[in-house]
Amino acid sequence: MARKLNLRIWRGDSDSGALQDVQVDVNEGEVVLDVIHRVQATQMGDLAVRWNCKAGKCGSCSMEINGKPRLACMTQVASYPEGETITVTPLRTFPVIKDLVTDVSFNYKKAMEIPAYAHPADLAPGEARMEQIDVERSQEFRKCIECFLCQNVCHVIRDHEENKKSFAGPRFFIRIAELDMHPLDILKNRKKTAQEEHGLGMCNITKCCTEVCPEHIRITDNAIIPMKERVVDVKYDPARWLGSKIRRREGI
Amino acid sequence: MSGVFSPTRAKIKERTLRTDKWWLQPLITFSVLFSFVIYSTFRAFEGKNYFTEPLISPFYSPCLSEACVPGSTIGGFTPVSADILNFALSPALIILIFPLGFRMTCYYYRKAYYRAFWLSPPACAVAEPHEKYSGETKAPLILQNAHRWFFYAGLVFNVFLTYDAIISFRDEHGQWGHMSVGSLVLLVSSSLLWFYSLSCHTCRHTLGGRLKHFSKHPVRYKLWTWVSILNHKHQQFAWYSLAAVAFADIYVRQVATGAWHNIYFF
Amino acid sequence: MTLERHNYDVLVIGAGGAGLRAAVEAREAGLRVAIICKSLFGKAHTVMAEGGAAASMGNVNDKDNWMVHFRDTMRGGKFLNHYRMAELHAKEAPDRIWELEVWGALFDRTKEGKISQRNFGGHEYPRLAHVGDRTGLELIRTMQQRIVALQQQDGRDFGDMESHIKVFAELTITDILKENGKVSGAYGYWRETGAEVLFEAPAVIIATGGVGKTFKITSNSWEGTGDGHALALKAGANLVDMEFLQFHPTGMVWPPSVRGILVTESVRGEGGVLTNTNGERFMFNYIPEVFKKMYADNEEEADRWYTDQDNNRRPPELLPRDEVARAINSEVKAGRGTEHGGVFLDVSKRLSAEVIKKRLPSMWHQFYELAGVDITKEAMEVGPTCHYVMGGVEVEPDTAAAIGVPGLFAAGEVAGGMHGSNRLGGNSLTDLLVFGRRAGAGAAEYVKSSGKNPVSDSAIATAAAKIQAPFDREGGENSYSLHAELQEITHNLVGIIRTRTELEDAIVKIAEIRKRSANVAVSGGRKFNPGFHLAFDLDNMLLVAESTAKSAIKREESRGGHTRDDFPGMNNKWRQINHISSFDGTQVHVREQALPVLPKELFDLFDVHELEKYMTTEEIAKGGSN
Repeated sequence: MARKLNLRIWRGDSDSGALQDVQVDVNEGEVVLDVIHRVQATQMGDLAVRWNCKAGKCGSCSMEINGKPRLACMTQVASYPEGETITVTPLRTFPVIKDLVTDVSFNYKKAMEIPAYAHPADLAPGEARMEQIDVERSQEFRKCIECFLCQNVCHVIRDHEENKKSFAGPRFFIRIAELDMHPLDILKNRKKTAQEEHGLGMCNITKCCTEVCPEHIRITDNAIIPMKERVVDVKYDPARWLGSKIRRREGI
Repeated sequence: MSGVFSPTRAKIKERTLRTDKWWLQPLITFSVLFSFVIYSTFRAFEGKNYFTEPLISPFYSPCLSEACVPGSTIGGFTPVSADILNFALSPALIILIFPLGFRMTCYYYRKAYYRAFWLSPPACAVAEPHEKYSGETKAPLILQNAHRWFFYAGLVFNVFLTYDAIISFRDEHGQWGHMSVGSLVLLVSSSLLWFYSLSCHTCRHTLGGRLKHFSKHPVRYKLWTWVSILNHKHQQFAWYSLAAVAFADIYVRQVATGAWHNIYFF
Repeated sequence: MTLERHNYDVLVIGAGGAGLRAAVEAREAGLRVAIICKSLFGKAHTVMAEGGAAASMGNVNDKDNWMVHFRDTMRGGKFLNHYRMAELHAKEAPDRIWELEVWGALFDRTKEGKISQRNFGGHEYPRLAHVGDRTGLELIRTMQQRIVALQQQDGRDFGDMESHIKVFAELTITDILKENGKVSGAYGYWRETGAEVLFEAPAVIIATGGVGKTFKITSNSWEGTGDGHALALKAGANLVDMEFLQFHPTGMVWPPSVRGILVTESVRGEGGVLTNTNGERFMFNYIPEVFKKMYADNEEEADRWYTDQDNNRRPPELLPRDEVARAINSEVKAGRGTEHGGVFLDVSKRLSAEVIKKRLPSMWHQFYELAGVDITKEAMEVGPTCHYVMGGVEVEPDTAAAIGVPGLFAAGEVAGGMHGSNRLGGNSLTDLLVFGRRAGAGAAEYVKSSGKNPVSDSAIATAAAKIQAPFDREGGENSYSLHAELQEITHNLVGIIRTRTELEDAIVKIAEIRKRSANVAVSGGRKFNPGFHLAFDLDNMLLVAESTAKSAIKREESRGGHTRDDFPGMNNKWRQINHISSFDGTQVHVREQALPVLPKELFDLFDVHELEKYMTTEEIAKGGSN
């Protein structure tokens, strides 16, 4: 059953590092994370890797496998041709800590910058009534497991360190969209701040976030583009702007 | 060094470690779009061979200039003086900005050309060559926000091109009740343009996406649901309609120059 | 190097549902709170909960109320629950769910726009609030976002978002510190750097979740190493009824990528057949006398049942969970199991691929995507998997205060008593919220009355020495292999089916590993070193395993999550007894303690004839306390 797999693992820290070749047993049906664990238990006891549920539900084992951002627990070894070397590296957008572990605190800082859900003051617990069709859009975004693969693949920050301060990233655009589409949220200026403070305009909709999302959330089509359109409503559309001045229209 | 070579990131010298043919898709996109641009530019400036009873090229419709060849205008409606076109410019140039603008600001084409032409990024997890990046926050790219105006204009053009398709169900003498390969070509291209327009993200937003409560607007919710299904295929409609329009123009040109014969079914 | 020190009013260890709910409550009471997560913020095992959160809101059936929920919970726990916890839980669960909505949660809706509720095993009415099959994720995300909302408020009020709540991610606590018999703080290390940290706090809330990683096959993540159980024991608190663990009879045992993941009962319900390595459909040999009337004793009849349920008896694959588990266990022990310790469960022979994909979509998808196992074409390799621990820290129900240690609190899976001998599906998510909140309130109350309790230098020195020790040893034991050995012992000897001789064997073997574990050495440096992390987890798991084995050997009956092959069936005498584990610094001691008696008003909620199944005649005659 078992065969040998050539694995190339990036080992190092913030000062230095390199790809190291190892040979490891692999069994049928195993995922890349299984193989990394075997390397850890048998050859490199101090190999750093982050993981939790090993079932694609917690979003911890994000890394780059043959250059593509992926969850190691959801990547089958058998999806690569037999004999091919599999290269695993840490995420390349965030500062590396050690081996396959990076410092993803950027994302938690951004999470703290997105204004929280604002519940209507006069609606006591248990009184909320929402239609299923009104919550479904936001529910799609709440599927997010915060693996931050979308943040990692987004070239706005991957290729431009200096943009990190002004750009919240796809994960937080879906958070903003979730709240803006939430049937009960009463905060009015989410569209404006999305553009002016969280960098929605930096996105050039090249859709890599959607491509890597393990939850198959349609980040670009269902969150970013609708938010861009909503921004146009309040910022770049004179007709709508005028309309909203004359009478308060639903949805703005 | 910036980006993936920033000092805090893992020290990896490759711009990408992808092992698949990631360059293939942008290359194809580049080749096809570039060919289309070359061809359409040539055609826009050519200023002839765009009309042959009962077919008009979608590049030249509606033909609004006094310089338009007889029969190609809509009931002789020619608000644009021929003087404006004195410099041997063609009637196509008056109108092409609208469909061109619609496609240039389209959310799908933006992805396509940002990747294939501007390499920003060339493919996912492949480092882009630019030092600075400000996205669509500054001129000229901030103008992408005008997409909805081009969408509205596009709808008007769809009406004209549908009209062209309908009147193509005539023979060379203007007699109704005939159908040729040319009428099929125009019908297909105008239909695909409708699909392309209706599947557009702006259309989806306008019809229902901008609402906070679908439940209060059942009709718009229904429309939004339908458009959402089409929207899934916006990319396909973008390519199909582009190909169809290009072919329609080629077909009309070939018939107009006499190279091809427009075959009538009845 | 100077030691990193932090000073808070309340320290919450664990950032799952219970810990976060506790932190919110303590902050809202005006206190400064530190939250410790062993992994990243928002990755806690709570995200794995699929079914829903049980609360008698009565949105789908208005006959539901807290009393019905209370009854269901007590029945599920076979009346070994601490009645007061079950009562508080049933009464407060709806408020805890509604409050999530105020914080932005989006549950699935009924037609009237209320929170939708679904049916679940053991619940009389549709009761589980849910969001598809990701309710746990919704809960954790909502709590996480509530924390952020409070931090943003603090940012506006105090100019620093982290002034009153700070999350310390990827930090392990190795000791709870005490001064003058009361909690004074906790000591630990950053997983990233290995650097040590001191938290001074007069109140510590333990909300660390479960113990699944003590066992070889488990649905728990690596974090389920019983840290809180062990920390509490070492701090002088008690664990109650550690023999009760919830096992699922059919978890995947192979391939490793899906090891431990549950295969739902509906796979058997849809026609899944269990066979051993000889190809025998062995369940026919394991039909107990009492079930003979209801279950088919031959394959022909069993097969006919799927199409004609009126005229045929059910296939034996559909026997109750513990019977199926016992059968699988026996087959494996008799050498007819696979090399990975499982048997085959095959649904592909009976149903077409299309039907399987339609009826069991998430099962098919999950195994195909995670392991390349196509259940429409091949058999699954299954065996019992450890899922949940009912036992845990003994607490005072109203405040969640750990008994015996002033300043220590516990909530969630790490606390014992609420679920008795068996937990109902859906009760754990509301358990987290109800008792998380109570622990936060209890801790706040305590801090306000007790004041500060500074940590002494000697306590710091002792805690620091413990962390350094494994680095100073050379050529000692490898923590990975010790862990694997422990898992083998617990799985085989303290697992789903237990007997005296095996438990005796286990107690001896666990003690041996414990001895060897004192000699664990770690290679590499302190920086993000998993071998080093495991050394501490291992210590915790050993204490848990010892408590479980020693409690299990004492309880001579089978009840809920504790099955003794040598004592099948419930014994009402044992229902009146809790097993209390304590730790004297070298080993765990287990003693018997009387279970609190059901007060009259709760006693009267039940039909006497039902209680006769669980209680002795004397108890019934008394009719509850007072």
